[in-house]
Amino acid sequence: MTSTFLQFLFSGLTLGAIYALAGLGFSIIYNASHVINFAQGEFLMIGAMATVSLVGLGLPLELAIPLAVAIAAAVGVALARFAVVPAGDASVVTVIIITIGASILLRGVAQVVWDKEFHALPAFSGTVPISVLGATMLPQSLWVMGVSLAAILALGWFFGRTMAGKAMLAVSYSRLGAQLVGVPIRRVLLTSFALSAGLGAIGGIVVAPITFTSYEAGVMLGLKGFSAAVLGGLGNGLGAVLGGLVVGIAEAMSAGYLSSAYKDATAFVIILVVLFFLPNGLLGHKGSERV
Amino acid sequence: MKAYGSGLRTTLGAGALALALVLHPTAPDAAEPPIKIGAVLSVTGGASFLGDPEKKVLELFVDRINKDGGVKGRKLQLTVYDDGGAADKAASFTKRLIDSDGVDIIIGGTTTATTMAAVPLAEKAEIPFISLAGAVVIVEPVKKWVFKTPHTDRLAAEKVFADVKKRGLSKVALISEDAGFGKSGHDQSVLVAKDFGIEIVADEVYSPKDSDVTAQLTRLRNAPGVQAVFNFGFGQGPAIVTRNYQQLGITLPLYQSHGVASKEYIKLAGPASEGVRLPASGLVIADQLPAADPQKAVVTTFKKTYEDTYRMEASAFAGHAYDGLLIALAAIDRAGGTDKVKVRDEIEKTANFVGTGGVVTMSAKDHMGLTPDAFHMVEVRKGDWALLD
Repeated sequence: MTSTFLQFLFSGLTLGAIYALAGLGFSIIYNASHVINFAQGEFLMIGAMATVSLVGLGLPLELAIPLAVAIAAAVGVALARFAVVPAGDASVVTVIIITIGASILLRGVAQVVWDKEFHALPAFSGTVPISVLGATMLPQSLWVMGVSLAAILALGWFFGRTMAGKAMLAVSYSRLGAQLVGVPIRRVLLTSFALSAGLGAIGGIVVAPITFTSYEAGVMLGLKGFSAAVLGGLGNGLGAVLGGLVVGIAEAMSAGYLSSAYKDATAFVIILVVLFFLPNGLLGHKGSERV
Repeated sequence: MKAYGSGLRTTLGAGALALALVLHPTAPDAAEPPIKIGAVLSVTGGASFLGDPEKKVLELFVDRINKDGGVKGRKLQLTVYDDGGAADKAASFTKRLIDSDGVDIIIGGTTTATTMAAVPLAEKAEIPFISLAGAVVIVEPVKKWVFKTPHTDRLAAEKVFADVKKRGLSKVALISEDAGFGKSGHDQSVLVAKDFGIEIVADEVYSPKDSDVTAQLTRLRNAPGVQAVFNFGFGQGPAIVTRNYQQLGITLPLYQSHGVASKEYIKLAGPASEGVRLPASGLVIADQLPAADPQKAVVTTFKKTYEDTYRMEASAFAGHAYDGLLIALAAIDRAGGTDKVKVRDEIEKTANFVGTGGVVTMSAKDHMGLTPDAFHMVEVRKGDWALLD
């Protein structure tokens, strides 16, 4: 009985860690511009697919990963430079719609540049399952959790301790105010897209040995990541991770104890209930409009 | 005066043309209209891994047949529309093929959904329609103008249960994808299980994009008396099921459906796929087929032609398009033209046609014409297929 419960928990933690890592990327761009970047899932896909093809070319994983992250970051900058910056002072909703368009474009391009098949990346430290009290977990799940944790710490440090991060937050609070004190708005925007794409790519690469990847892998990761980010509180790294774990564990537990047919529904009910009582998510701070 | 002159020239020109036609009544380009083949395929979108090879096959072989002189001295003219996997688009493109392009026969409907959207239009326009999708509903109940080339999910389930029975087992747990292919396969499995004396002791589902199914598999493992597990789905799902199966250390025999009968599955699932059994068509195991197998020559030639041209593995889906095209052309050949009623009748009379999917013998009651013998049971051994029967 204990081992069954533990197995459901491990299943939930694996799923949750994947959702959390996918959700983290949303917070950077949200913090810089209050824009929800619906192309975030595509950054994960680009990271994973680029790694797959670089490894296919014979590069070792250690070299392929940084290169793939750089490629994704470049795509992020290009997206900001050629689609978001030209929109100028357009409303947040307009920019969100632009990112939806960009996601469709990126999927289309990926389909042509790469292919339409599924690909697997080799697991970082083997596929021998770790056994705890009769329940098992793959080492790659630990990688996913570890990277999520490192990403939260890095994000916390970036937004709390560095000038660039503080400038980004300043832009999100008041664009005009930040501009008046000399924050280069455009550069902040470009940086936020580069960072967000890079972080997304890392996430995509770390989860690819478990979930596999294909040109449309970003759709699922983006959606689940978005759910995790909203549940935890947009713009809050720790919140995204908490949200991801809640969704993942809810799915696994309902698949295990209720019925696998209702597991997605259970997760959505939890999200709806939480957002009904806490509209800003589990860890989102109350929005206060300054007059 | 000037107007009159140009009018005269036109008349003279037309007269000369008419004269030329009278003198050369068999001028090939003018007298023999092309045979118009229409296709609505999901070349892009979620089902593109099915639709893209299908389009490539049709283009490749229509081109080759034209170079060899066409059918009955008539060239083939292929029109392909991409529905992107959307049923509503499939319906409007089918309408366009019928109304604007005036095609003689329609091949396609990559998925069951797009096929079923096009079927009423083809039935109403009374035009022969050969679907490339899997589900039983396409040909059951029989629709006068509708045929299909791929094996049904029911055939696959029958083949798997026959093998389970041969091993002396009877209690099977099902785990299937809760969408399209997996859902239909699941329903058919439940339906035919009794015929083989198989008892379904557990029944779990997962979403096509799920990244971990250990919770469902743990439930299956704990089901009382379970002796074998059967997974119905395609794409990445079955590979994840297979990997999680190994992760949990489950040692019961694992069966997959024909939906993953491609090398891609072995590649994705990795060493975890060792020992997994599944039903596969002759095309998938072309190299292993014994020389005496009736399909040997057909599948080997098709595989080589396709792979030499496109440098990618010829999937079973590519084979379905090839079978569809050849069945259509053979029927047109026997009918002596493109009269739709005659062509339909001839398709229905298709007998002992050796295709990539198996040996096809249709009848008024069977618009697919395949039996479970069209499948070979294979097992994954050392990262490759091993033929069991």
